[in-house]
Amino acid sequence: MKDTEIKRLLCAHVISVLSIILTTIVPPLFLENFSVLGTHLIWLCICSICVTTVNIILYIILKPNPSSKRISFAHKVTRFLKCCVFFFISCILFHGIIVLYGAPLVESVLETFLFAVLLSTFTTLHCLCMLGPNIQAWIKVFSKNGAMSIWDNSLQITTMCTIVGAWFGAFPIPLDWDRPWQIWPISCSLGATFGYVAGLIIAPLWIYWNRKQLTYKSR
Amino acid sequence: MQRWPVLLFLAWACFLFFSGIGLFTSGFLLMRIELTNRSSCSDPLAAPAWAGQGVAPGACWMPQRVTKAVLLIIDALTFEFARFDPAKAQPRPYENKLGFLHQLAGSQPRHARLYRFRADPPTTTMQRIKGITTGSLPTFIDVGSNFASYAIEEDNLLGQLVENGRRVVFMGDDTWDGLFPQKFFRSYFFPSFNVKDLHTVDDGILQHLYTTVDGGEWDLLIAHFLGVDHCGHKHGPDHPEMAKKLTQMNEMLRSLVDHLANDTLLLVAGDHGMTETGDHGGDSEKEVNAALFVYSKTPLFGAHLPKEPETIPQVNLVPTLALLLGVPIPYSNIGEVMAELFSGDGGAGLAAFSQLLAYRINAGQVDRFLHSYSLAAQDLPAERLRYLRELFSAALEEHDRLLVQVREGLPASPKQEARLGQLVGRFQHYLREARAMCMESWARFHPLRMVAGCALIAASCLLCCVASELAAALDFSYRSRLLYPLLWGLAVAAVLGLAHLLTREGLDLILVVSWSAAASQLAFFWHSWGRRPRRRLRAWQGLVLPMGILFIRCCAMFSDSFVVAEARVAPFLLASLAILLVGKVHWHGRLTTLEAPKQSPGTAFYQKESWRLLCLLAVLLTCLRLSGLFHQCREEIPHCQPSPFLAPLSSLQSTQAKNLFYLLCVVSLAGLVYAVRCWLRHYGNLNSASPLVLFVRWAFPLLAVWIACYWAVTSGAEDTLGKLQELVQVALVGFPQAIYGLASLGLLLVLWTPVTVFVKDSRESVGPIVTPYQGAPSSQADLQHVIPQIYRRMQESLKTQLDRGHRRATLAAYGLGSVYSAALVIVLTLLGLLLLTLHSERMSLAFLLLFLEGFALLHHLEACSVTLVSLFLSEPFVVPWYAVTAWVFAATQFFYSTGHQPIFPAIHWHAAFVGFQESHSTHLLPAVLVGANTFASHILFAVGCPLLLLWPFVCEVPNSQRRKLKKELREEVQEEEEEPMMEMRLRESPERFSAALLQLGLKYLFVLGVQLLACVWAAMILRRHLMVWKVFAPKFLFEALGFMVSSICLLLGIFLVMRVDCAVSAWFEQLQPR
Repeated sequence: MKDTEIKRLLCAHVISVLSIILTTIVPPLFLENFSVLGTHLIWLCICSICVTTVNIILYIILKPNPSSKRISFAHKVTRFLKCCVFFFISCILFHGIIVLYGAPLVESVLETFLFAVLLSTFTTLHCLCMLGPNIQAWIKVFSKNGAMSIWDNSLQITTMCTIVGAWFGAFPIPLDWDRPWQIWPISCSLGATFGYVAGLIIAPLWIYWNRKQLTYKSR
Repeated sequence: MQRWPVLLFLAWACFLFFSGIGLFTSGFLLMRIELTNRSSCSDPLAAPAWAGQGVAPGACWMPQRVTKAVLLIIDALTFEFARFDPAKAQPRPYENKLGFLHQLAGSQPRHARLYRFRADPPTTTMQRIKGITTGSLPTFIDVGSNFASYAIEEDNLLGQLVENGRRVVFMGDDTWDGLFPQKFFRSYFFPSFNVKDLHTVDDGILQHLYTTVDGGEWDLLIAHFLGVDHCGHKHGPDHPEMAKKLTQMNEMLRSLVDHLANDTLLLVAGDHGMTETGDHGGDSEKEVNAALFVYSKTPLFGAHLPKEPETIPQVNLVPTLALLLGVPIPYSNIGEVMAELFSGDGGAGLAAFSQLLAYRINAGQVDRFLHSYSLAAQDLPAERLRYLRELFSAALEEHDRLLVQVREGLPASPKQEARLGQLVGRFQHYLREARAMCMESWARFHPLRMVAGCALIAASCLLCCVASELAAALDFSYRSRLLYPLLWGLAVAAVLGLAHLLTREGLDLILVVSWSAAASQLAFFWHSWGRRPRRRLRAWQGLVLPMGILFIRCCAMFSDSFVVAEARVAPFLLASLAILLVGKVHWHGRLTTLEAPKQSPGTAFYQKESWRLLCLLAVLLTCLRLSGLFHQCREEIPHCQPSPFLAPLSSLQSTQAKNLFYLLCVVSLAGLVYAVRCWLRHYGNLNSASPLVLFVRWAFPLLAVWIACYWAVTSGAEDTLGKLQELVQVALVGFPQAIYGLASLGLLLVLWTPVTVFVKDSRESVGPIVTPYQGAPSSQADLQHVIPQIYRRMQESLKTQLDRGHRRATLAAYGLGSVYSAALVIVLTLLGLLLLTLHSERMSLAFLLLFLEGFALLHHLEACSVTLVSLFLSEPFVVPWYAVTAWVFAATQFFYSTGHQPIFPAIHWHAAFVGFQESHSTHLLPAVLVGANTFASHILFAVGCPLLLLWPFVCEVPNSQRRKLKKELREEVQEEEEEPMMEMRLRESPERFSAALLQLGLKYLFVLGVQLLACVWAAMILRRHLMVWKVFAPKFLFEALGFMVSSICLLLGIFLVMRVDCAVSAWFEQLQPR
């Protein structure tokens, strides 16, 4: 049971990683003058959209936390709208935190906001897919003994890796190397992306490694 | 409670750090005093004219030999670049590129010559320009009259030329603009800052060079090329780009020589060399080995041709050029004239005489300089000075004898020529000895001292860490941990002092102090070896977070970019620490209640306190972000605009904006005072009638009003007040001095009566029941008088009897629970107001922010520690590491947010004149004022450090009230047992209180010390770095000074807490007999 779950997890993560890699490879075929560094904002949009679609498709296919109840269509719609609102709020929140951390307030607002959107796609969207628009569940998952399944564990790991990656991404900004990727927010968004990819890869491995120790309480 | 041992221990730890800093500084920072004396033509140094050589009119000291000179400085022109070896089959990119020099020297040996030009360390461009123009050995700190600008104050070649009516034209590196403002007849400056830019400066010079030379409107033309140096920094010497650059220089020289007139002297010089990686700044062979090339179209040199190029020190250029151009040698020059250039085309005899004259003048000038320098400073060894004096006077006597003989007209004989040669040799010997002595005391790093200083600081950090661990254990014995090490240190100091007395050598105070510090450290480690308490693994886990962040901060000290950007790094790390703490609390599930009622089991809710924590976090982060509004700029950051808040209000043009900002400042000032009053009132410290409380009630608003008045006076435009000018002058001095006076009165009051407790006595009064009445109650009036008294008395006794049922009559002391922190808060506010006066008006917003952030941080840390305390630490008396680290980071952050930067031009010098319009008579007062201005945040945070320990106790009230409320809901019977003890808990266990204070002090010193260590280390390792004198050395200086200020203020803060403790004890004793 557990092994098949882990395999499904691994599959999902590999697909996610591939989708991110594809966002760097495919667009140059269609768009002129496209490069991740040069036209960073476009890449940010493409990457966010791509990760969003892949995540939603995976969620629909895999259904990590299946609920037994039958849900009416109207309920589904409200749920979806709620998700959208949550996502938007999380973008605003991330934007606020990034500005509080020292990002410029007025100039390059668009860059900052798109970076916030990227962070939200890597973290909040995942949460929305896994747990639904249920704040209490989120709070529960992000505490020491809160994980209820390997999906929750992988959620913890990818989210933390993303945040840590973005945090480390801020480090090269003050250096005087004059590299194109030192411009705000490229290093941070690249850091977040690398962190997310690393998290996607680490999560199944870590879960596989610790599969004996991991026991989950039933909900 | 042990008060003095704790203070003594902390003072001892500070002393250990100080000795380490002193030792390192003596090895790293080379110091020299700048003299302001100037040479002039009328100085009696000019020797009496020799036979047949009258001094021409217009020239002084010596006849002018060349009318014009071109000085081409090619930055970082190493000797290897300039030499040409035709035998080399495969030259490397930088070799054999300046073929034109070789060609000239080969074809015209009497016109051109190449020298090795030895630069003196530090080999940075600015120091070298100073050296080439003043003839002295500039060190990192040239103690002169003016720190605020880089302009050269010493007598220099350019100054002499300008004074004697010559025209100096400059083109190239704009560093010269800062060094010689307004000195040039004409100038073309180009920006030098961007090291990556190889061509702007050089191309700019080439555009103007030839036309200027042909125009002829100049006497000395200086062109400073930067391309070679920048190429070295960018690519290193071994790169095709360097070959291109050198070829360009070669072509430039070739065409320049075509443009030169016959009477013009051409000097091509490198100001320093470069290492194999293209860096410079240190004293390695490659860095000091530059090239000098001399050329003139008239013959300069004698027939004698040296095999190998001679090596001459860089400073020799100054006296040579000065005498050749016929101006006085700059006063502080210690260089030696290049004799060959004075041989000229006359006969051998005449050449020898003119060389002798040059040496005579040169030696006289150096002697005069050494004499005045030794009067101004003591850093030159007296014995060597005496020896030099003897050398000089002996040579002078010989010279005078010879002069008499020549005057008498004795025929030139071989014997006389030999004497002449000998005399020249003696002058030469004197000059070289003098230079060597100056070099030894001014221009040399002492690696051993630097390493030893580093080791001392590192050991002191370790000691702080170990001692803070040991202090937690209750069996901490001050005898073995403090007394013995102190005795050891004193013994070593005494032995060294005796040894010095016996050998009669000069006593080096720093060495003695550091030896004794090392000895006492060894004694401490010896005594505490093997007594380490075992810590559990869990306890170590709590260290990972603060130490990790601290480690990152220390690593950041090693990169010049991060030091430059530190104003943003410190708040970034502080924000990360705060968020991570909350994250950790969350992760351990302390923010959520587990028993979520009536919900699905998989959910959790935030408690009410958790919202408080999150709000505090938001406030803290907002404060951090807003504090960025007050940053000063460094020149290293391009497109940086200094904060508009830094400028004084009087600089604002629009009256409306001025009024608005003034109002804002006054509001923030009033807000600060009001907030402090509110806090004190909340904890009941404003009720008593003690002088201190009266002071807080009346003098705080008065102080604020005075400050507002002072701002009003300073921000008004000068001319609008017209007739009131005199009054304004009085007010400008009067208000600040009154503020100083009142604030110091307040500080003294706090020390005198720090207790702000109001006592309400509800015990029985032991007086007579009714007024004794005389005789029978005769009248109705008497009865009316007595009956109410009896009634009142009955009522009272009834009440006490009723009370006795469950509570005895008690004393109610208001504000006892926060008596320690109330005193600290009062002192902090006073200091804050005092320091705020020293800053410009709009910085008051920054100070308000500082207090707000400090408050939020204290609450935040308290809330975190309360929730985390059960996880890692059992005692509430221990201030956790993350709290101390966050506190230190906040101090660093507000150093920047009060408009400071660790560079000399950013110091707020105007602070020295707040309250003192005229110049000061001593240096102490302005130094204190400027220091207080610069380290304002260090002072405030260090004095407030004990609050970290006190705050959890102060915050106990709401918690216990809450607990009580809950209890009342559940079981209403037991309600009277728990009274909030607050800070009296500390008094209950005095031993642990003193240990906790000691531990807190040691932790604070440790965190500061680790940062200092990183700084010192960076300065030592990177002493060859391009940016060492611009970034790392000033950073080290500011960090060291900040450490000293912080540690002293920390001692003061802890001393204050102990003084309050004393006073509280006295207060209790006073209470007993009643």
